[in-house]
Amino acid sequence: MNNYETVFILTPVLSETQMKETVDKFTALLKEEGGEIVNEEYWGLRKLAYPINKKTTGFYILLEFQAKPETIAKLEVNIRRDERVIRFLTFRQDKHAYEYSIKRRNLKAAKEAGQEA
Amino acid sequence: MALQTDIRYLTPMAVDKTRKKYCRFKKSGIKYIDYKDPEFLKKFLNEQGRLLPRRITGTSLKFQRKVAQAVKRARHLALLPYLTDLMK
Repeated sequence: MNNYETVFILTPVLSETQMKETVDKFTALLKEEGGEIVNEEYWGLRKLAYPINKKTTGFYILLEFQAKPETIAKLEVNIRRDERVIRFLTFRQDKHAYEYSIKRRNLKAAKEAGQEA
Repeated sequence: MALQTDIRYLTPMAVDKTRKKYCRFKKSGIKYIDYKDPEFLKKFLNEQGRLLPRRITGTSLKFQRKVAQAVKRARHLALLPYLTDLMK
C-alpha cells in the first residue's frame, strides 16, 4: 500500500453540493478498492496562474490516501471521464514526502486549533 | 599620463569578493521540496517565471533537480505561471 496524494481542480461554476458529490465519488471509489483516505483538504476557489479552457479560477481539492498501485489507474480513468475536473495530478509520496505531509498536517491542525482557541 | 599614477586609494577597492555560495537545502536540512506552496518556489524563479540557474541560487545539483520537478508540477496545477511578466 503506497501513499499517494492527488490535487484536482474543479470548474468554479459548480455549486457546493456538486463539488462535495464529485469528491465523494472519488473517495468512495478509493474505499471500494481497499484504499484508505488519510486527509482531505479544500483549498477553495483560487485564481489560476493561467486560464485553463477559458476559466481563470478553479476549486482546488487535495486528497491524501493510501492505495494499491492498481487502483491509481482506475482512479485516473474515472477522473478523466468526469468532465467537472479540469486538471489533476496524482503524486506518489516517497518517505521524505510522507514525513513532510505528516508535519504539514500537524502544523495545520495546530494552527486551526490555535485559531479556534 | 602622470595623473593616472597619482590616484592611489587609501583602502584597496572592495572588488566584489565572491562570497561562498551554499546550498540552502543542505544547510537547513530540508529533504523534500513541496510543489504545493508556490510562495516558497517563487524564490527560485525570475520575473518572467523561469527557473534560476544554479550558479545564481547556489543550490546543489540534487536539489536543483527537485526544485525543477516541483516547479513543473506547480505549473501543471496552475499554481505557478509558465511565463509571465513582473511576477514578483
